[in-house]
Amino acid sequence: MVKEADAAIEFRGVSYRLETGRPLLSDLNLQVRRGETLVLLGRSGSGKTTTLKLINRLLEPTQGQVFVEGRATTDSDPIRLRRRIGYVIQEVGLFPNFTVERNIGLVPSLEGWSAERARARVREMLDLVGLDSDEFATRYPSELSGGQRQRVGVARALAADPPLLLMDEPFGALDPLTRAEIQEEFQRLKERLQKTIVFVTHDLREALMLATRVALLEGGSLVGVYTPEEFRLVSNPVVEAYFRAFETAQAHQGGT
Amino acid sequence: MNTLQFFWKNQAQVYALTLEHLWLVGVSMLLALSIGLPLGILVTRRPAFGKAILGASTIVQTIPSLALFGFLLSSPWLGERADRLAVTALTLYALLPIIQNTYAGITGVDPGVREAARGMGMTDFQLLFQVELPLAMGVILAGVRVATVITVGVATIAAAVGAGGLGEFIFRGLAMVDNRVILAGAIPAALMALLADFLLGRLERRFRYA
Repeated sequence: MVKEADAAIEFRGVSYRLETGRPLLSDLNLQVRRGETLVLLGRSGSGKTTTLKLINRLLEPTQGQVFVEGRATTDSDPIRLRRRIGYVIQEVGLFPNFTVERNIGLVPSLEGWSAERARARVREMLDLVGLDSDEFATRYPSELSGGQRQRVGVARALAADPPLLLMDEPFGALDPLTRAEIQEEFQRLKERLQKTIVFVTHDLREALMLATRVALLEGGSLVGVYTPEEFRLVSNPVVEAYFRAFETAQAHQGGT
Repeated sequence: MNTLQFFWKNQAQVYALTLEHLWLVGVSMLLALSIGLPLGILVTRRPAFGKAILGASTIVQTIPSLALFGFLLSSPWLGERADRLAVTALTLYALLPIIQNTYAGITGVDPGVREAARGMGMTDFQLLFQVELPLAMGVILAGVRVATVITVGVATIAAAVGAGGLGEFIFRGLAMVDNRVILAGAIPAALMALLADFLLGRLERRFRYA
């Protein structure tokens, strides 16, 4: 059992239902330890994204409570809460009317950093994600490739140095080659940064590569939380189904 | 005497009525913008209430313009002065395209962009002014362009209630069955509409983000 102080995020009996009454998540109990990368794995509609959005209060629990750094999200100011949580989504959501520099410097400028400090931070962030700051700072999002956009998205989420990072299938829309590249970069990056990361994916390979622990969701319920080693050994029909699907995909790739 | 000579001989009056026409259009458009833009934003924030606003402005648009002028003529404060009445009618006509395009422009913003903005901790106010309005500006300006062109045209009817403008020539020409007089009003009005369309179209293109 994890001690209270080690939990960066905790779900206590959390359910979420749509206004129509359809349940998306039922009675979730889950702790995310400080500094770990918890991967939420599950198929479409399993409740991964719902779980993620409950953390930065883009959604509010119908029942139960979510605690971030020991405080219930519903007791915190949502704006303050979100500025301390980095957020990266598959669509990236870069502001097309802002340059790369303004995109990355957004939260620092909202937080009232001086222009000089924000600018220095933007350069640091661009270096961190492997983009040349002189070349990219003044570009607009429409002048970037998909991989570059996602790198800028990660840089933007990290700019104000938030202790928590939420990532919703961030590499899902990239081609396989760029995807593998950026996954490896991210692997190195997160070891350097030591952030608490909650990462949503439906890709088993990505989950096992990046996770400290994998939380498997199915139909809005938590199946279990496993380390990648445990995950390979556990005997559970849902887990086994994942491996079968994965092996089939591998076999197809091997055959062509 | 052909149309051109008629123009030349009456150039002082053409000039004065064009200015009067411009004034009617300008004041009405400013009013319509300062009412329509906030209403359009309100429609995106309160959808239930918004439907009523959109419905009402659509109904106004379906009233024939001459009838709207006549209808307002009998209302207490508005009917007292011709320019007041004309500006009110023109403003009502210009509202719909502005409200509709403000609404369409804002709701057309990429949901991913909106989600990222909220997830990063932008307040509703920051989201509106830093993200939604700048990104919707192209569509909003398209609405302003349509509204301006409509207003330039409808403003010719203002002369029927004595509010002046280029419609004076048109109505006078109709009464005298003299095409030269009609054209002295219609040609400057058409040029004004074309010019407004061109200038606002150029402005609109500045707000295109790929």
